Amino acid sequence: MSDPKPRWLSILDVVTIIILTAATLLVFLYAPTEQTMGDVQRVFYFHVAASWTGMLGFIVAMAAGIFYLAKKDLFWDVVGLAGVEIGMVFMLIGIVTGSIWAYPAWNTWWTWDPRLTTVTIMELAYAAYLMLRAGIDEPERRARFGAVYALIASLSVPLTFFSIRIWRTIHPVVVAGDTSGTFALSPKMTTVFVFALVTFSLIFVDLLWHRVRLGLLARRVEEKKLRLLD
Amino acid sequence: MVIPDTTSFMIAGYAVIFGVMLVYLVSLALRFRKLRQDEQTLDELDQDRQR
Repeated sequence: MSDPKPRWLSILDVVTIIILTAATLLVFLYAPTEQTMGDVQRVFYFHVAASWTGMLGFIVAMAAGIFYLAKKDLFWDVVGLAGVEIGMVFMLIGIVTGSIWAYPAWNTWWTWDPRLTTVTIMELAYAAYLMLRAGIDEPERRARFGAVYALIASLSVPLTFFSIRIWRTIHPVVVAGDTSGTFALSPKMTTVFVFALVTFSLIFVDLLWHRVRLGLLARRVEEKKLRLLD
Repeated sequence: MVIPDTTSFMIAGYAVIFGVMLVYLVSLALRFRKLRQDEQTLDELDQDRQR
């Protein structure tokens, strides 16, 4: 039968909901209204945090791919798939909210700017990961191909992150060593921004745990089906 | 300086953020439920076969 939900996961669920509520309240009630863009700038806090979470998912998938290839343990395949799935969901949020923010800021929903282009390539690369897996039935082979593909696809992560630092772009740089071309944040904005990053990192851990449990359950069901067919 | 009214874009942005997260949570819950049902059915079939 199914494993009961761990107590620590239930606690993490509650903590995550409380922190997400607090982050939302900070965005709307504590962060000041930006003078040149108005209220749409409030999207920035969760837009960056969601994109960060997306990259976190892809980095976890890359690490899980390395662990799988080294240990040949299907647990790491489950972790890799969980990382990619969550990464794609949050990167999609990042892309769509970026587009919504872009319209009043740049007067266009979309432009093939280096950051927008690389993030689209990254999202499509991981969509192909899911398609590749869907086409392979044998678990070990699927895990091996998935691990190798996740490693190759992970090259798109630093490319996307550094694209706004390498090429000329209209996308603002939020985190940079110097202040040239950076996004000017007041102390209150910085507090909310950091809080949002921590909140979304916690959401990521919580969702990853749930998704890994789902993956392990799916593997157990698959094994039971095969045993019955023997 | 007049601050531009971009509230509708902010609302749209947060609707997407919470909407997508909600859809993903529902998808996780539905997949969990379906797999648990599948596992229960498989356990019952296995017990029948052993008898």
